Amino acid sequence: MRVNFTVNGRKQEADDVWEGESLLYVLRERMGLPGSKNACEQGECGSCTVRLDGVPVCSCLVAAGQVEGREVVTVEGLADYAKHREDAHPGGGCASGACGTSIDAAQRWQAKPVDGQTGEAGALSPIQQAFIDAGAVQCGFCTPGLLVAADELLERNASPSDQDIREALSGNLCRCTGYEKILDAVRLAAARQEEAV
Amino acid sequence: MDFLRPASWEEALAAKAEHPTAVPIAGGTDVMVEINFDHRRPEYLLDLNRIELLRAWEVGEETVRLGASVSYTQIMENLRAELPGLALASHTVASPQIRNRGGVGGNLGTASPAGDAHPALLAAGAEVEVESVRGSRLIPIDAFYTGVKRNAMAPDELIKTVHIKKADGPQQYSKVGTRNAMVIAVCAFGLALHPETRTVRTGIGSAAPTPVRAKAAEEFLNAALDEGGFWESGRIITPSIAKQFAELASASCNPIDDVRGTAKYRRHAVGIMARRTLGWTWEQYRGTGRSLEGAA
Repeated sequence: MRVNFTVNGRKQEADDVWEGESLLYVLRERMGLPGSKNACEQGECGSCTVRLDGVPVCSCLVAAGQVEGREVVTVEGLADYAKHREDAHPGGGCASGACGTSIDAAQRWQAKPVDGQTGEAGALSPIQQAFIDAGAVQCGFCTPGLLVAADELLERNASPSDQDIREALSGNLCRCTGYEKILDAVRLAAARQEEAV
Repeated sequence: MDFLRPASWEEALAAKAEHPTAVPIAGGTDVMVEINFDHRRPEYLLDLNRIELLRAWEVGEETVRLGASVSYTQIMENLRAELPGLALASHTVASPQIRNRGGVGGNLGTASPAGDAHPALLAAGAEVEVESVRGSRLIPIDAFYTGVKRNAMAPDELIKTVHIKKADGPQQYSKVGTRNAMVIAVCAFGLALHPETRTVRTGIGSAAPTPVRAKAAEEFLNAALDEGGFWESGRIITPSIAKQFAELASASCNPIDDVRGTAKYRRHAVGIMARRTLGWTWEQYRGTGRSLEGAA
């Protein structure tokens, strides 16, 4: 079957989708967006977390056909999504065709932190930069899911307590057990966000 | 496999009538796991995500009419005062990602004895409104669970709304697992005080082939509270009464040994949870404890 949906603010079409296929499979194998990770396939680990109509979900548990006409944000579009939230559309995401991340750009997306020599900023969202600065990335496998979940937390709760952070990230497992640094990163992003206001 | 995407409730009922083997999928948190792991290859998937009425709820005089697909997150955020037991139970469901997708309709459809909503529904008192092209009917929650992952629904029926009695007193919920998030209950216990009828209702999860009420324990406690004039006096419940209540709750279990825990442990833990939830709710009833909205 064919599925039409919005990925990172741009309308996309996936063809030859099997009826029992997950959104995660469509993103990774049909859209060429492997940022959302495939691990447990049962909603336990959170490494496939994406936003579905703004809400964080495990994309491995969403049937592809269920996203018809709906909006998905993946980690590849997170920097752009966060930027739009700040600039063009404060307080909310953006879904119009003009904004967002093209599929090509999303496929080529890489985490490029601020260059130490030139001071040139890469296209990172504040939460991504905070993960790098706090040393919250070890093997990196859980990172995309954590970024999407943490970004959503900071969107709805500007100054989360430690309890709020733990709760928001409770569905994301890190097998390197780097949780302390991950908590540091979210605290850092929250603090920077507050400073900016 | 065919993917059916009805745009309305009527279309969904027609599709289910035409394909009674169709597997309804809403949050997907049960169904997709089975498909991902190749445990299930349904001929038809019946997507309920487009049906708005399933995502709505209505607070009435006596009951809350909860759409089958209202997410656990929504229940936690919006129905804490009306359905404190279910809100607490919802908060114990898996993780934010799962709570954003899953709802009570899925718990009832799957009818796993470990479903988190069941003890809260049993304790509060509820009726499940199911419908088919033949018409609709209300199934009392006590008659809904018929076996391990079996319920009282006919193959052409879908769950539309769950009618849950609004809390008329404190409710509590307790669940045993290896950590706070992402656990399937080893066992669980829900308890609701109903001061208007001067009764106590309970629900036990994951300690019998189906979710069950601890009926003998309820009967004993109702009689003991009545005889002792506890509802009027608001006195602390005598430890011997609480102890007997816990023992009877424990005896209501019919658990098995499995990967999550032993039958012996489950019996023990249910007794402890029964005593604790009774203590918590009674403190709330006496007005000295935490608020009606629960604390989890």
